[in-house]
Amino acid sequence: MSESASVPRFDRREFLKVGAGVGGLVLSVAIPSLLRPASLSTAQQTSSFAPNAFIRIDRAGAVTLVMPMVEMGQGVYTALTMLIAEELEVDLEQVRLEHAPPSDALYGNSILHVQTTGLSSSVRAFWTPLRQAGAVARTLIVSAAAKKWGVDPGTCRSRRGVVYDAAATRHLRYGELVDAAAALPIPAPDSVALKQPKDFTLIGTPVKRLDSADKVNGKAQFGIDAKIPGMKFAAIAISPAFGGSVRSVNEAAARAVSGVRQVVRIEGAVAVVADHTGAAKKGLKAAAVEWDDGPNAAIGSGDILRQLQEQSTRSGAVARNQGDAKKALAGAVQRFDAVYQLPFLAHAAMEPMNCTVHLQKDRCDLWVGTQAPTLTQAVVAELTGLPKDAIKVNNHLLGGGFGRRLDADGTLLAVRIAQHVSGPVKVIWSREEDIQHDMYRPAYYDRLSAGLDASGKPVAWIHRVAGSSVLARYAPPLFKNGLDVDAVEAAAEPPYDFPNIYVDYVRVEPPGIPTAFWRGVGPVKNVFIVESLMDDLAAAAKQDPVVYRRSLLSHNPRALGVLNLATEKAGWGRPLPPRRGRGVSLQFAFGGYMAQVAEVEVARDGTVKVHRIVCAADCGIVVNPNTIAAQVEGGALFGLTAALYGAITLRGGRVEQSNFHDYRPMRMNEVPVVETHIVKSTEAPGGFGEAPCSCVAPAITNAIFAVTGKRIRTLPIDTSQLKS
Amino acid sequence: MAFTLKVNGAAHSADVDADTPLLWVLRDVLGMTGTKFGCGMALCGACTVHVDGTPLRSCITPIGSVGDRAVTTIEAIDTTSQGRAVQQAWLDLDVVQCGYCQSGQIMSAAALLKATPKPSDADIDAAMSGNVCRCGTYQRIRAAIHRAAGSLSENRR
Repeated sequence: MSESASVPRFDRREFLKVGAGVGGLVLSVAIPSLLRPASLSTAQQTSSFAPNAFIRIDRAGAVTLVMPMVEMGQGVYTALTMLIAEELEVDLEQVRLEHAPPSDALYGNSILHVQTTGLSSSVRAFWTPLRQAGAVARTLIVSAAAKKWGVDPGTCRSRRGVVYDAAATRHLRYGELVDAAAALPIPAPDSVALKQPKDFTLIGTPVKRLDSADKVNGKAQFGIDAKIPGMKFAAIAISPAFGGSVRSVNEAAARAVSGVRQVVRIEGAVAVVADHTGAAKKGLKAAAVEWDDGPNAAIGSGDILRQLQEQSTRSGAVARNQGDAKKALAGAVQRFDAVYQLPFLAHAAMEPMNCTVHLQKDRCDLWVGTQAPTLTQAVVAELTGLPKDAIKVNNHLLGGGFGRRLDADGTLLAVRIAQHVSGPVKVIWSREEDIQHDMYRPAYYDRLSAGLDASGKPVAWIHRVAGSSVLARYAPPLFKNGLDVDAVEAAAEPPYDFPNIYVDYVRVEPPGIPTAFWRGVGPVKNVFIVESLMDDLAAAAKQDPVVYRRSLLSHNPRALGVLNLATEKAGWGRPLPPRRGRGVSLQFAFGGYMAQVAEVEVARDGTVKVHRIVCAADCGIVVNPNTIAAQVEGGALFGLTAALYGAITLRGGRVEQSNFHDYRPMRMNEVPVVETHIVKSTEAPGGFGEAPCSCVAPAITNAIFAVTGKRIRTLPIDTSQLKS
Repeated sequence: MAFTLKVNGAAHSADVDADTPLLWVLRDVLGMTGTKFGCGMALCGACTVHVDGTPLRSCITPIGSVGDRAVTTIEAIDTTSQGRAVQQAWLDLDVVQCGYCQSGQIMSAAALLKATPKPSDADIDAAMSGNVCRCGTYQRIRAAIHRAAGSLSENRR
């Protein structure tokens, strides 16, 4: 993806030196405030101090922070704000937040190289840049005060938006210093000293989310809530079979519905445009669309499984080759072979896919919640033939992302409809369309072999990953030599001391179903597989699963630390009531370590009840422990839901599931107690939004094994196999 | 057909078919977007509003069936003591994540506390299991409902 053309292409230093005026211009395309009413007036903006693209301070002392990453529940608006505020020395109560406009140059994520929120990378990527941004602004403000007082800036200090002199007899508020600060040369970000972790006053403290207030009173604005004067509403039907086309539409019947204005027929879909969504949906039903199912009409889940079974026998691109695993396997005392099968999964975010578009001759305005604003801008520019800077992406809060909103298919569909509509149109997908036209977590079929020596130690570990490559489609430059580094994350580098390990990847693209990133990405499948086999090996070695893992972690103190903490807090080894068992899982993923212990009951009819999940995490320096706990609670449930219920299946080229009755979410009456324990650390932060999600499934299935002796190698868990 | 609807204490008119779901009248005709669309089949609870104090799924409630009953939405739930207590407990325990389902969760919780001032965990399961949260905030919702119940009972003393 190329750099955004929405800002002039002078170099960054040049941009920063131009200062307040240009900063105001760039920032003025951001949508109005998230947390405070209405944006500042233009006059105030031009008089504000904007030393970089993230911070703007006006004469009244109002601090506006522009959020480069999107808030989809993971708490990133709070965490990123804390990073800036720690160095800027302002109170969180003083700041207001804005969604960033699309610009890879200004807001690119240094891990993903684009302005994209994903891979649990936001805090990792912005840990240094945002603290530097805050420190640069504070340095300038302090220098401005020191100059006024004729003292050495090193003798001054700042706190809560006020600069004090050495004796604290004189003080100036930031707002009083913005004009003087804006006139000073801006230091290079890496030239300013950052605080030592021991001096943090904000980072590491439990801070309440900054976006809560508007989320408990209905004021929070998600993409679906955009209100554009003159807007019409569209309901859509997309070809049920991927790649099919419209055969017939009863347009007259649709138009006869009161409130319906227009029927739009585009390739592979029909939209009914009306005065409100109720009329649009009624019109769509009346339209009684019939379909030609196209080339994928015969595809079923069985075909895709057979394709995976066959192609996974081929050798793949090597992800890891250490020692000589094949030879070691041949010489092993015990050999273990296993196949693991994982299903397609839908994201089913609570906010269904939607996008509001106003397409005009020379510009296209979009109101949407997206994890990838610059990608969205680029693909809409390509579709419409307009220049990128004519595509205005007004980003919003996301009603759940989970990877679904990394793709811009929903926006493209809305723009294709808008090409036939005069004026703004809001396109909302039904839940059925959202589930049946998702882009799915791939199905996988992995083959593993392991060999143990006489003492039970694993001397050989061979893992073949087989499935669709999302990376090859989404970010082709990152797909090198046939290897999808995401698909093998946590498989190629398990935390254990394996002297001989061989991991390869076979790309298998299923026909008739698109694939995409899903919360937990590669690790959400690989940790399940690795930790399930580890449990089998412990059993084969006749050792306790925790003792066995510990014996392979002497080289890996952080992994050992979380394993010990989780098992201690969970009371590993203590007696349990009948039909209950504990299972453990351990992972290194997203740059952090995690262990979970699940306590599970399996009833005689096979029903699985998860009572408790204890999680220990070492993700380096923690920015907001409150968010960490929330992500463990939520992430564990997201992974648990998939392990218990999640499966998208195809029949006749069509997705069989359609709504929450057959694509089941976990509900209040089913949820376990989730406990979070954090290891104190001074290491750089690891990613966290996805880690608890990828760690949970094997803790559950290993607990089921502890109760029943039955090993789950296919998800979702088939409880009919657990009857006793 | 023209309907007059009592929403949050004020009269509003909407010229729509009688079978139009209340949800779309609130969101698209009246511009009150706090009430959310999630499933369209009363499976997720995101669209929960109160009609004469009773929680209803507005996505399957035809406007023609509402009559002159009073509709309360998330935008005005702070006019009830239960609504205020629930909102405060949500803030105190940092319940929300993406926040999309929370309007419906709060409407269901406020209705629960009105009917059952001191709910047990089983009461909470029964009243709240129709509200889906994909972010997984259930544990905090449960704790927040207990907290709101506690603050309401203190205020009554």
